[in-house]
Order: sequence, then structure tokens, then C-alpha cells
Amino acid sequence: MKRLLALVLALTVVAGPALAVLPEEQLKDPVLEARARHLSKELRCVVCQNQTIDDSDAPLAADLRAILRERLVAGDSDKQAKAYLVQRYGDFVLLKPPINPATLFLWFGPALLLLGGGFGVWRYWRGRSVAAPAPLDPEEQARLKALLSETS
Amino acid sequence: MSAEIGQFALILAFVLALVQSVVTMWGAHRRDDALMALGRMATLLQLFFVVIAFGAIAWGYATLDFSVELVARHSHTTQPLAYRLAATWGSHEGSMVLWILILALHGGALAVFGRPLRTTFLSRVLGIQGLLGAAFLGFSLFTSNPFLRLSPAPLEGTELNPLLQDPGLISHPPLLYLGYVGFSVAFAFALAALIEGRVDAAWARWVRPWVLFAWTSLTVGIALGSHWAYYELGWGGWWFWDPVENASLMPWLMGTALLHSALVLEKRGALISWTLLLSILTFSLSLIGTFLVRSGILNSVHAFAVDSARGAYVLAFCVLATGSALALYAWRAPAMRTGAVFGPISREAGITLNNLVLVVATATVFLGTFYPLLYPLISNGGTITVGPPFFNLIFLPLFAILLTLVGFGPLLHWKRDAVKAILVRLRWPLGLFVIALLVGTFAFGLGKTLAAFGIALGVWLIAAGGLLLVRRWGLGSKSAAANWSLVRTTPVAIWAVALAHTGLGVTCVGVTAMGGFEASKVLRMGPGDQVEFAGRTVILDSLGEVAGPNYQADRGVFRIVGGRGPRQLISERRFYPSSQSQTIEAAIGPSLVGNLYISVGERDQAGKAVIRMWNHPFVGWIWGGAILMALGGLISLSDRRLRLGAPQPSRKTVEAAA
Repeated sequence: MKRLLALVLALTVVAGPALAVLPEEQLKDPVLEARARHLSKELRCVVCQNQTIDDSDAPLAADLRAILRERLVAGDSDKQAKAYLVQRYGDFVLLKPPINPATLFLWFGPALLLLGGGFGVWRYWRGRSVAAPAPLDPEEQARLKALLSETS
Repeated sequence: MSAEIGQFALILAFVLALVQSVVTMWGAHRRDDALMALGRMATLLQLFFVVIAFGAIAWGYATLDFSVELVARHSHTTQPLAYRLAATWGSHEGSMVLWILILALHGGALAVFGRPLRTTFLSRVLGIQGLLGAAFLGFSLFTSNPFLRLSPAPLEGTELNPLLQDPGLISHPPLLYLGYVGFSVAFAFALAALIEGRVDAAWARWVRPWVLFAWTSLTVGIALGSHWAYYELGWGGWWFWDPVENASLMPWLMGTALLHSALVLEKRGALISWTLLLSILTFSLSLIGTFLVRSGILNSVHAFAVDSARGAYVLAFCVLATGSALALYAWRAPAMRTGAVFGPISREAGITLNNLVLVVATATVFLGTFYPLLYPLISNGGTITVGPPFFNLIFLPLFAILLTLVGFGPLLHWKRDAVKAILVRLRWPLGLFVIALLVGTFAFGLGKTLAAFGIALGVWLIAAGGLLLVRRWGLGSKSAAANWSLVRTTPVAIWAVALAHTGLGVTCVGVTAMGGFEASKVLRMGPGDQVEFAGRTVILDSLGEVAGPNYQADRGVFRIVGGRGPRQLISERRFYPSSQSQTIEAAIGPSLVGNLYISVGERDQAGKAVIRMWNHPFVGWIWGGAILMALGGLISLSDRRLRLGAPQPSRKTVEAAA
């Protein structure tokens, strides 16, 4: 329910369930349209809560979809089309945040943690094997033998 | 009158929770049996009054007492009784009382069924439960009182959001809360053990059923929520990496790690302080999830009326609970006995790696969820979004590593194992994995290698799960009679692991198929129009208006020719006049290999409607796998050893000795 509540809140802003692309918006060229749909899934409807412009039926999302298709028809590459939208709406519009000094930790934190954790696990095992009793040296062997023969 | 009784009961429960925590803690410290018994009594009384308070809210909804503000805001005379009752937890205030009720139920269950525990240990557990209860009761009383009156009382209420008027509302929140709150028992157990400075296999055996129960509930709760979103939101998404979803995923991931490390502690006496740490963190993540949802902090792009006092209260509580628990851990854990030794290739080692990956996966979700909050501080006020593409890129590879490990895990020997022996033991699942990968790559094409890999991982898990049973039953190596007797005597634990891990594989197949092969189409259709889609002919038979109990709807009736699944599908676009809102009831044609999903959109002047259709291959496997996992949890819960608890001298022998 919590997840739905949040979505509900998002939906009440745009008054109605989220439905996205209208038939008229679609491009005639299926290759371009496929690219547009794909890109739409990586762009955020900036007035909605965590919805892609592909999923949202907010008027702004429709505008963004239209702009995106205009750019693609004008011959922009995927990268250029995204850059165009970022220029207008900032990094906020990208669902995949750009890699910059301030997002380094976001992008590489998990790998760092995995390596650090892996190192910790390795240390733990190594420490364990060191802590495990070392085999007896010849002198100790002799003493053990002597002790055992004493008791028997 | 009922609201006042409820209010009074809630206040009494708050006071009793405080009494419970002080008396049990002091009693345990003094080893005073009378005080500790009083503490248990306070726990049960607290439960009694929480039940009354909860009942008072439900009564308000059932009798449509609009003089209670909460009822007036979330119910309407035309709202069906089931949804009026479920509305008890359909709002912030009411759901908080449900949370408290479940917490009190856990406390009560501990007080009644905790007999096999050491009395001082049980008392300390109840003491911590009491503190948690008091904190949440205080939150409810001071910031989100559910019993406020309205004067004059309105004649009609505002109905519950129509999206929430669904069977999902009846089962999803209680199960989710059983999960979140259930982890509080592990938290309390860990703190009590740290206070007493004593953790052993018996501790793990006591804590495991509680963790299992919480984990199973959370699994079902998340799956139900995902399925609900799938059919209710009208576009067939099943997971959105929304902060609120992430809030439930984090405790699930960490809880899964805890479930496994507790197993190592129970069987082998290893990973002691690690298990304690996981117990603390899992519940902390449940608390943080609550904070996320209640504070509205991540919805900041919208101007929703969010009470900042609530956010501040929950944040302070999160920090205090987690901080003091971790401080206690840092102080006491180093003194804990170090566990048994195990080799780097062993089941213990496998579970350690499983824990490592699960914790990193949790951290990834945590980073992705909270980074947008942190980002303005480190980038001079910039803003970013962390959405599905990020999680798919970072989380999915991690999970692929995990799934690879999961196949090996239960087939490793405890203590020490050899790589070569393992590969021979697992030759069948490994072979099937390679075959699935090759066939998949060939059939789907090189561009879909990742999808082939995902499917192959699913096959690997299902085969490895099956192999557990095959080996146990001695199929192919023993006589049929011996097989049968081995089938009948298969220990519960083996059934549980085989089911849960197979379920994970089933979910993996569903997720991969949805990610790689989903198809969609958007078009305008009028009655009689037809379209070819996903190997079927979809014909719109009729498009007309119908009236429901509290809504009006546009209904599209579709006829399907060819393909699998039902021949007739009905989708509605509903309008609820009293809340002026719309919902879509998608038409879903389910089958084992995928769903056809159609939703009716707005109608234009020419009488044609926007029709959106999707083909969702194997989508049902996502939830089917979750059900298998939960079934594994339930079966494991039925294990007699867990109910019996740790071996203790029976009363008779103690008396005889005395």
C-alpha cells in the first residue's frame, strides 16, 4: 500500500491514471519511433514522482515526448537528443544520473563496497587459518610420544 | 463514544508500554522474578488496549461515524463495507495503529510462547519491544492522532482513493507490516544478547522462527504489492524502483542475509557478531523505510502537505534506535566468543559470500534511494534523479552474482569441501545452464545474449533446487522402494531450501523475459475494429457505458482469436464521482507463458477509444516464484525442531536432581 500511496499521490497531481503515448504522437518511421520509446524510458517526467515520460500522461510529459521526437526527426543522435533536454531541464531529467565528481560515490560505491567486503572476508579466512593450530614440530612430536608412552 | 474509548485505550497502551520496558529491564537486572512477571503482564495488557484502540477505529469506519475526522476523510456511504474496514489502515494515522497492533501482537506472542527462553533474556527482549512500542505509540498520539473529532460532523465523507479500493488493500499492508515489525523481534533478541553478553546456537534457534515468519510475510507482502500495481495502475509495470518500493526491498534483502547467517550460527556456531549486526540493521532498514514513507522527504518535488513534525519525530527515532543499538554493538560485540573455524570452500563460506553480496545489493538500493537527497549538498544545489536505468545497471549484475552462488550453496558440505567434487556433484545443473545459454543465444540472437543469460540463470537455479531433492531421494542410484521411503522421510529443511531456491529461479525467468521481450502497441479502436498483436487477432467487440456501485465506467469488450489465454477480455475505465478520480481496470488474459494486457483509454468524438496493449511474456512467473519462496519459508517454519526450541533439561529431571 505504501508504494501505491506514493504512486497515488503522484497520480492525483495529474488527475487520473497514468497513460502515456497517444497514437497521434507516434512517428511514422518505426525505427525512429522505437528509438523514441527507448529514450523515453530513460527520461523523467520532471513534475511527476519517479515516472518516465513514457509512462506519464502529465501534459509536460507529452511535451517532452513531442520535443524528443522532433529532435530525432531533425536527425539528432540519442546522445544529442538527451543533451538537448538536459540543457533545458538539467540533470534532473535523466533517470540514469551522469557520471561526475559528485556522483562518483553513487556509481562506484557498490563496487568499492564489494571489493572492501571481499577483502574483509579474505582477511577473516586468513586470520582463521593462522589461528588454527599449527602442526607439531619434531620436538613436540617426540614429547607427545613420550607422554603417551608414559600413560600406557 | 467509540473514538474516546479508543483514544483512552491508546493513551493507556502508551503508559503500559513504558511500564513494560522499565519493569522488565529492571527486573532482569535485579533477577527479580516478580518484577519480570509483572513486565510480562504489562506486555499483555498493552496488547489488550492496542486491540481496543484499533477496534475503535475499525468501528468508526464500519458505522460511518463521520464525526471522526479520519473516517470522514477516507470513507463514503457508497463505499463497500470491506473497503471501509480496510480503510482502517488506508491512511497514515490508521496504518500507524496497525503497525503498533502488530508490534504489540509480537510482544504478546513472546510473553506467552517465550517460556523456553531464559527468563532474564525474555524480559530484556520484552523491555526493548516495550521501548519500540512506546516510541510508536508516542508518534501516533503526539503527531498523528487517529481519534480527532470534527464538529459539526459532515453528512458525507470523502471516499478512500479509488486506486486503493481493491482486494490488495486488504492483504498487502498487513503482510508488509508483519514483515517490517517481525524483524523487531530479531532486533530485540540481538540487543538482549548484547546486554547479556551471551550468544550461542540456542539463541540462533530461538530467533530463526521469528526471522522466518517476518521474511515470509514480507516476501508475500512485496509480491502482492507488485502484483497489485501491475493490474491496477493500467500499464503493466511490476517494479518501478520507486523510493517507497525500495523501502520494502532493503529489509527484505538484509533479512534474507540474516536468515542465512542465523543458519550458520545455529548449525555451526560461526558468524556470531555478524548475525547480531544483521539483526540490528535489518530492523533499522524497516524503520528507515517507515521514515521515508511518512516524512514525504523524497516527494519534495511536489507541494504535498507533509507534516514536518512527523518526519522529524521518525527521523529522530530512527537515529536514536539505530545509533544506540550500533553503539551497544560496538561496545559489547568484540567480547563475544569467536565462532567455529571453516574452510574457504564450505557451506559456511558460501553463506558468507551470499551475505556479502546481499549487503552490497542492499547498500546499492540505499545509495540509489538516498543519493538524490545528498546530491544538492555535494554539488552546490544541483539535482539528480536515480531511476530504473541506474538500478538495472548496478543492481542486476550484483544479483546475477548472487544467483550464481545460490545454486551452489545448499550443495556444499559444511566445514570443508573441494572444488572438483562440487563441480562433479553439480554437473547436471551446470550442463543445463550451458545448454540454456547456448540455445537462448542461438534462438534470440546475439543482441539478446543478456536475456539468454538471465533465462539460463533461472534454469540453473531450478535445476540446482531439483537436484537437492533428487540427491536426497537417491533417484537413479537406489531401488524404487528405497526412493519412496526417502521421499517420505525427506526433512522439512530440504523441502524448504529446494522450494525457495527454485522459486528464485522461477522469478528470475519471469523478470528476464519481461525485461527482454515485452512488446506493446497503442492505437485508436472503435467497435468492430481489429488488430494483429503478439500472434493474436484482437477484436474490439463493443465499447459502452456501465454503472458500478460508486463509479461509472467505459467498458471495452475484446475478442481474442489465436494465441493462448482466455477468448474474451474486458477492460474498464472507471470514473468515481465523489472523489472526481479515474482508474483503469486493465483486461488481463493470463497464461503460463505470458499475459495479454489491454487497457481502455479516453474516447474521442468519433466514438473511438485509445487502446493500449502489451504482451508480457512469463510475467506470472515473477510472482509465482515469490509464492514458492514464501512456501519454502512456511514449510521451514513448520519444522518441529524450531518449535521445540533449544534443548533444555525437562522440569522433571530438574526436580529429581533437586
